[in-house]
Amino acid sequence: MKFYYMTLMPYSVLDLKEREKYPTAWVNLPNRLYDKHQGRKLYDAYIGDLVRADQLGFDGVAVNEHHQTAYGMMPSPIVIASILARETKRCKIAILGSALPLRDHPLTLAEEHAMIDTISGGRLISGFVRGIGAEYHAFGANPATSHDRFHEAHDLIVRAWTEDGPFAFEGKHYHFNYVNIWPRPFQDPHPPIWIPSQGSSETIEWASHPQRRYTYLQTFSPVPLVKRFLDMYREAAKRQGWEAGNDKLGWAVPVYVGATDQEAMDEARPHFEALRKYFLKMPMEMLLPPGYLTLSSMERVMSAKGSIEGDLAIESAVEQGMIVCGSAETVRSQLLAHHRNIGFGRLLTLLQFGTMPPEMSERNQRAFATQVMQPLREELGEAVVAEA
Amino acid sequence: MATSNVTELRHQVAGFEIQTRRFGQGPKLLFLHGAGGAGDLFPGGEPVRFLAEIAQRFEVHVPEHPGYGVQERPEWLDNIHDLAYFYLDYLEAAGLQQVHLVGQSIGGWIALEMAVRNASALRSLTLVGAAGIHVTGVPKGDIFLWSREEFARRMFRNPEARESFLGRAIPPEQQKAFLRNRETTALLAWQPRLYDPHLRKWLHRIDVPTQVVWAENDEVLPPAYGEELARLIPNARLDVIPDSGHLLHLDRPEALASRVREFIGDAR
Repeated sequence: MKFYYMTLMPYSVLDLKEREKYPTAWVNLPNRLYDKHQGRKLYDAYIGDLVRADQLGFDGVAVNEHHQTAYGMMPSPIVIASILARETKRCKIAILGSALPLRDHPLTLAEEHAMIDTISGGRLISGFVRGIGAEYHAFGANPATSHDRFHEAHDLIVRAWTEDGPFAFEGKHYHFNYVNIWPRPFQDPHPPIWIPSQGSSETIEWASHPQRRYTYLQTFSPVPLVKRFLDMYREAAKRQGWEAGNDKLGWAVPVYVGATDQEAMDEARPHFEALRKYFLKMPMEMLLPPGYLTLSSMERVMSAKGSIEGDLAIESAVEQGMIVCGSAETVRSQLLAHHRNIGFGRLLTLLQFGTMPPEMSERNQRAFATQVMQPLREELGEAVVAEA
Repeated sequence: MATSNVTELRHQVAGFEIQTRRFGQGPKLLFLHGAGGAGDLFPGGEPVRFLAEIAQRFEVHVPEHPGYGVQERPEWLDNIHDLAYFYLDYLEAAGLQQVHLVGQSIGGWIALEMAVRNASALRSLTLVGAAGIHVTGVPKGDIFLWSREEFARRMFRNPEARESFLGRAIPPEQQKAFLRNRETTALLAWQPRLYDPHLRKWLHRIDVPTQVVWAENDEVLPPAYGEELARLIPNARLDVIPDSGHLLHLDRPEALASRVREFIGDAR
């Protein structure tokens, strides 16, 4: 099992009283609530966490992209990954991912990822996403063409990475006379591609196609759902004539390690509950703009009438496996049990979440690395070396 | 009322079988619906009050746009221009020469895009809270962020119309049509939001009698949009209906029907 340190870079010092006056932290939460000096301090701390993750022996670090929100101060994961390309020495750098349809010129992504891959000496993992629904409000990108643009941009980027240029790309949404990128990616044929998702059979079908075999990453979901979607991937691969190993499957989950189970719970509680209540929550109309999901997926969502990203007490979150929280021993044994039950080869840990301050997330990160990650590697009989 | 004899017509246009409801007697009038689709205009199969009123004086044709309702969206539909050309072909296929064209909201936008291309089949043009242009500095309401309750609050001034809207549940078999209507509306109007940046340059080409009817309290397209359209279209007349919301045909059906009847009567 490979371990990744993932960060969302929330504006963790958000004035929650002010935040409560608005329905969500996304799209139209006034940015007068942002303080530039606090912002600078937070970037410093978050980048420090990522660099330390490399030193602590994580197999990789992971960054992602969200726009115009206190949920994450990372509208460009490219910027952070570029810093990490030089500041880290050994670990993989995963961009999870770049939101392809939001770009009017996705060749820029092919170029930027190739640059980071080269500068880091071939340590880049390229994640491709559509961005969540809120992004389409924040950016004015059309959700009704999101699927089409995603697939076309993907084809363009992979061809730009792998085919000799110059060639013409003739798509419906993107049409370029000269595709001929300098630099080309460092890895051959190109950086591994990962597909993070909150669970979609269409995405799984696409990612598991024998020509792609992209690593599928289930983000922040209850354990039974994680299992269901990872199994779905394995079955889709089998149906299409290949065997998906655990290396093709990942799970992203918040983790908190305390001295005892109770202390861990009490310490993590305000920050985790803030993540749900103040940072993640958004109205249905914002989360699922028309066309973002296919009509049949949308119909399923409507009939389920599920509540979205609302309040969630940490006790029930722990029960559902939405967070792994407890003493080092508890966290170890739970992760091991989940690993054996679900079968994932890549664990993406979110060790800072919500309002958690830098000194606390550093403590959590160190505790996880020394008391959970290393012992688990020994238990699983894995050598502590960078992956090939 | 003798208007409820609704005949369903089908025409093949651009490989798409378009369905039209026809009712009423008199000169021909083509009504182009807005984002809510045609289903909303015929609860229980009967035309809503506004349509029933104008059917006393006109032979009313209400087609359902490609991309709306139960039929799958045709492959060729990408933008509002596709619908403008489609409906110009439709006028021929349906034998609608010398027709009075009435368009509401997105339907008004389609009507405008048709009229700048070819107005020769049109006797008059009535635009009801029409989309299609942008007025710098006058923000539009963000219909895609409104919940159903907020939508109802902002779209209606007439409490009865609002209650009736909120009280009407979407039957399960209409769920997909409802979602498709929203999806196609996003396809056409998400970005740039509810307008075509090139349309305003050519509005001077519209050479048929034109009436612009607006809701005084329109929160989607504030009255400045009506004023601007009336300014840009030669000899257009503007009529603002007091104390009314964007969905005029549902909010103030009699007032709108009387404006349409009077104007087209004059225009004949």
